[in-house]
Amino acid sequence: MAEFSEKYIVTDEIKADEYLVNIGPQHPSTHGVLRLLTRLEGEIVHNVEPHIGYIHSGIEKMTEALSYPQIVHLTDRMDYLSAHMNNEAVCLCVENALQVEVPERVKYIRTIFDELQRLASHQLWWCASGMDLGALTAFFYGLRDREDILDIFEETCGARLTLNYSVPGGVMFDIHPNFQKSVKAFITKFRKKLPEYDKLLTDNIIFQNRTKGVGVLSKEDAIAFGVTGPTGRASGFSCDVRKHHPYSAYPYIKFDEKMGTDGDSFMRWKVRMDEMWESMNIIEQLIDNIPEGDFAVKMKGVIKLPEGEFYQRVESARGEFGVYIVSDGKKNPYRVKFRSPGFSNLFTINHIAKGWKIADLVAIMATFDLVIPDIDR
Amino acid sequence: MGITSKKEFEKNDFPILDSYEGGSIILTQLDALVNWARSNSVWPLTFGTRCCAIEFMAVGASRHDMARFGYEVARATPRQADMIIISGSINYKMAPVLKRLYDQIADPKYVIAMGACAVSGGPFYYNSYSIVKGADHVIPVDIYVPGCPPRPEALLYAFLQLQKKIKREKNFKKQIKK
Repeated sequence: MAEFSEKYIVTDEIKADEYLVNIGPQHPSTHGVLRLLTRLEGEIVHNVEPHIGYIHSGIEKMTEALSYPQIVHLTDRMDYLSAHMNNEAVCLCVENALQVEVPERVKYIRTIFDELQRLASHQLWWCASGMDLGALTAFFYGLRDREDILDIFEETCGARLTLNYSVPGGVMFDIHPNFQKSVKAFITKFRKKLPEYDKLLTDNIIFQNRTKGVGVLSKEDAIAFGVTGPTGRASGFSCDVRKHHPYSAYPYIKFDEKMGTDGDSFMRWKVRMDEMWESMNIIEQLIDNIPEGDFAVKMKGVIKLPEGEFYQRVESARGEFGVYIVSDGKKNPYRVKFRSPGFSNLFTINHIAKGWKIADLVAIMATFDLVIPDIDR
Repeated sequence: MGITSKKEFEKNDFPILDSYEGGSIILTQLDALVNWARSNSVWPLTFGTRCCAIEFMAVGASRHDMARFGYEVARATPRQADMIIISGSINYKMAPVLKRLYDQIADPKYVIAMGACAVSGGPFYYNSYSIVKGADHVIPVDIYVPGCPPRPEALLYAFLQLQKKIKREKNFKKQIKK
């Protein structure tokens, strides 16, 4: 059982028996090029200082020279595991600003894609965090099932990862004739596979000992740090954008917001596992009822937003993803700000990893589901 | 390859050892053996920066399975790795780190630039103030794989190309020349 050493929660100055260890920028457990400057005494973490900027690409600045349909393509490259949600956020923001009502069919397609993307993202999170905790089998199980979703994406929009499927006014192409059939086939298959995931890790006593009670984030802290998504919900903070500010087809369907109470690593894990079941429920409610109609409304060749400020949030796989556009009436935005969930989630790490062992820090990182280009655009 | 003429063969005291251009029996054959072994166990470094890293993971997983070509053992430390797959963009803050990782890999070492970002800066070529326009500004690159991100099959093809390149190497001859 992991132990928490309370007496070591300490001050800012570096003591004689402390030493500094850089985890990253190239380190498998940081899921990219994040650098954590940790201050340790023996194995016990006294301070964690995340350093970002190793993948900074200035997307927000770049968007100021691009037109609105072009911005959509850059958002794929931020949080590439929830690429479609990011696309959708920009599209919804532009549509709301122009007060364009998209056809019902588009709403349904977008929502199904959202949930498929969430499933794919959670599968990858599951296998990557299993690998962080030393279970390499998880890696192969997760990616095996993920390929099925990628096949569905590929069939309809031709891309596996960076979809570029949403465009302002609708989606780029109509769904493939086989789409409904292959989604249903996938869900039937994955309903059988998902209990395997639980058997392998969630019910595993070694895994439970490494995660239960480790890195507790209280509800107050989650709200104070702006933690959203499954990470926030595990602490009992009801923050599901799909529930509180429904968009696309989410108002039409019934689903539960999966909540946790403890806020420890295990609860963050559990919430994501439950979300996978819930995503499948959502898809099943929608897949048979996709209405007929156009897959996009005709937009003007050059999209110009009216002067003003526009904000749209969606629930990405990691939490609340927001797009804030300031327009001065031209075809390029004056300023674009992306609110990424990973950034707020990451910076709680110093708060909750203090006093734990360095191996527990990896367990905490694993259940945060960090995507570094999302944190540092 | 091998001995080019009878005259040369007689001129050389130890014709079996390689002392002239074209090579002789032992060293060319040894080269072939070493290259065969090397090209079939190239261990990549687990180094991923952007979306391409996910496709790199997909190549490692069961459907595409890069283990078929001897690439399976992804190592977390450069001291045990043979190659870097630069999967994603490199910016000015990351460039010295990449250089350092490359320097820490023991010779012979190889580099695959995977994806548009690593090849040329890709989608960040214009208007970005922080992206290095191609990883070959920092370290020498052997194989370029275009795509954003490339399909797993494209990366597998790059692996095969790298194997071809390794098989053409002349390790021992170079040393004798010095």
